[in-house]
Amino acid sequence: MHGFYALVSGPLVWVAFAVFLGGGAWKLWRLLSTARRKDVFIHEYWSWSHAVQSYLHWLTPFGSENSRRQPVMTVVTFLFHLGVVVVPLFTLGHLVLLEEGALGLSWPALPDAVVDAFAFVVLGGCAYFGWRRLALPQVRSVTSAADWGILALVAAPFATGILAYHGIGDALLMTSLHMLAGEVMLAAIPFTRLSHMFTFWVTRGYTASEFGSVRHVRDW
Amino acid sequence: MSEAAEKKIDIVNIEDTGLDQGIARLTPERIEKVINQIIDTETGVRLKLYVDTCVHCGLCSDACHWYLSYDRNPRFSPVGKVRQTIWKILERKGRLSPAEVRELAVVAYTECNLCRRCQQFCPFGIEIAYMIALVRRICHKLGVTPLYMQDTCHSHSAALNQMWVKEDEWTDSLQWQEDEARDEFPHLRIPLAKEGAEIMYSVIGPEPKFRTQLIYQAASILHESGVDWTMPATPGWDNSNMCMFSGDAEMAGRIVKEHFEAALRLKVKRIVMGECGHAYRAVYDVGNRWNAWKMFPLPVIHSVQFFHELLTSGRIKVREKMPGKVSFNDPCNISRGMGLHDMGRHVTRAFCEELVEMTPNREHNLCCCAGGGVINCGPPWKKKRVLGNSAKAEQLRRVADQGVSIIVAPCHNCHGGLDDIIHHYNLPLKLKFLGDIIYEYMEKTRAE
Repeated sequence: MHGFYALVSGPLVWVAFAVFLGGGAWKLWRLLSTARRKDVFIHEYWSWSHAVQSYLHWLTPFGSENSRRQPVMTVVTFLFHLGVVVVPLFTLGHLVLLEEGALGLSWPALPDAVVDAFAFVVLGGCAYFGWRRLALPQVRSVTSAADWGILALVAAPFATGILAYHGIGDALLMTSLHMLAGEVMLAAIPFTRLSHMFTFWVTRGYTASEFGSVRHVRDW
Repeated sequence: MSEAAEKKIDIVNIEDTGLDQGIARLTPERIEKVINQIIDTETGVRLKLYVDTCVHCGLCSDACHWYLSYDRNPRFSPVGKVRQTIWKILERKGRLSPAEVRELAVVAYTECNLCRRCQQFCPFGIEIAYMIALVRRICHKLGVTPLYMQDTCHSHSAALNQMWVKEDEWTDSLQWQEDEARDEFPHLRIPLAKEGAEIMYSVIGPEPKFRTQLIYQAASILHESGVDWTMPATPGWDNSNMCMFSGDAEMAGRIVKEHFEAALRLKVKRIVMGECGHAYRAVYDVGNRWNAWKMFPLPVIHSVQFFHELLTSGRIKVREKMPGKVSFNDPCNISRGMGLHDMGRHVTRAFCEELVEMTPNREHNLCCCAGGGVINCGPPWKKKRVLGNSAKAEQLRRVADQGVSIIVAPCHNCHGGLDDIIHHYNLPLKLKFLGDIIYEYMEKTRAE
C-alpha cells in the first residue's frame, strides 16, 4: 500500500501534469497549425474583440439567449465548472503538497468547508448531467458509453476526495485512490471530450469572430 | 401532437427520383472512396474541432424549428442530425451502404435549412450547418441529390441562371418591364449594360421567370431615387445559387465569380442585390471564400441596406404610411447572417403605420423552413416541410391574433415558405416585400 501511495504521490503526479499540459499544448498547436493549411478562415477572420465579448457572455450565467431559456442547466453547469476549477486549485491539502513538493510555491487556500461544499456541488452536477442523459430524449439519443465515461472520470476524484476528507474508509487507500483518480482525469483531458477545456476557446472565439466581424451580429 | 403524427402522414418514406436513381448507381467501394476523399482533402480542423468538442448536451435542440414542430422528436434535433450523418460517416470510415447514403441525403437536404440558429444556441458555437453542408457535398459527389434541386443546378451550369432563362429572354423581360413602367414613369429606363454606372442591380432567376413585377417595382424605385444604375445583358445577372445548397462547390464558386465579373465588365462601383437572403449568403459569405477572396472585389449590398440608404439620404420619400399593423420576419441569411434587422425595421416603420414584433425575432428568429435549399427540393417534400414548421405558423398566428394582417419579409425564400404555411394553417395574413410597400407608398415625383 505504501508503495502504491509512493507511486501515485510521486512519479505519477509528474506524468499526469506532463501529459495534461504537454498534451493540451500539443493539441492546440496541432489544431492551429493545421488550420493555417486547411481552414485558413479561422486565422483570417479571427477577431479578439469579438472573441472576448463572446467568452464573457457565454461564461456569465444568463448572459446568452439559450442560457436564459435553460435556467436550471445554466445554474448547475456554472457551479459545476466553477467547482471543477476551484476545488483542485484551492484545497489546502493540494497546496501544501505543491509547496512541499518540487514546485516550492503556493497561494492562499479556501477554507476546507468551502471546497468541501464545492466538491459536493461537482458531484451533484455529475448526477444532474447523468439524469439529463437518461431522462431527456434529445440527450439520451446522442449519449454513448464515452459520455458516461467522462462523467465517471470527473466524478471519481471528487468522490474519493470527499471520502478521504471525511475519513470514510481506509485513509491511506482513499487518499491514494483520490490521487490516482485525479491523475487519470488530468491525463485524460487532452484525449477525450474533456479537451473542450482547451477547444472551447477556439470554437467559441471563431464563431464569435465570424458572427461579429463578418456577419455583424452577436452570437449569444 | 404534430399534424403528421395525428393524421399518420408518412414523412419518412418519400420518393424522389433524383435520390433513388442516384443510389442505384452506387457501389460500397465508390461510396467509401468518395467519402474518404472528401474527408481527407476538403476538411480539416473545423470538422475535427466540432466533432471532438461537442459534449452531446442536446442544448441545440430547442433552436430547431423542425425539432419543435415534430413533437420534439430527437431525430430532428440539430445534434441528432449530426449523429445520423457525420458521426456515422466518421465512425464507419465511409463504409456505408447506398440505402444509408440516401438517409444522409434526406437528413441533409430536406431536414435542415442551414439557418444557423443552433449555432447561436450551442455553448461552444459549433456550426452544425457547416457539417450538414459537408454531408450535402458528399451526396453531390456521389450523385445523390434531390431531383428538383438538381434541375436548378443543371440550369445554373448550362445557362448561369437558376430558371433556364435564355439570354434573349432575359433582355426581353427587362424591356417588357421597362415598357410597362413607362406608362407610369414616362422617362423610366432599365439601363442595360451601361458601362461605368454607379450601381449594378442583380436579381434571382425567378424574377424574370415569374415575378417580373418585382423588376418593374425595383426599376420604379431606382428611377424615382435618381441613382445611376444598370443591369447586365450577359450572364451574371442572376445572383441566386442553388449549387451552394446542392454541394456543388465548384459551380457555386463559378456562379459567384460570374456575378462579380459581370459587374467588373460594366465597371460599376458596387452591386445592389434584390430582396433575397440565400443569394446574399452565396455572394457575401460563401462564394467569395471559395474564390479565395477574404472579402469581395467590389462592394455588394442587399436591398434592405440600399432602401435604408435611399430613405435616410432622402432620395426616396414616404408619400403616406401603409395603414394597418404589420410584422417583420427576419430572414436568417440577412439577419443572423448580416445583422440587417435594424435597417429592415427602420424602413418598415417609415412606410408602415404600426410594426408589431413577433417573438422570437431579430437574429434569434425562427427560420421560414424554405431556405437552405429545402423548398428547392420541390413538390415531393412540400408536405413534410410545411408540417415541419408548425412552430413558425404558431409564431405568425400570435401576431395575427394581435391584429397584424401583413408580414414584411425581405427574402424570396421566406415568401415561399411563409406563403405555404399561411395557406396550410389558414392564417389571415398577407406577405409583402419591402419593395412592394416602398413602390406603393413612396412619393412618385417622376410619375405621370
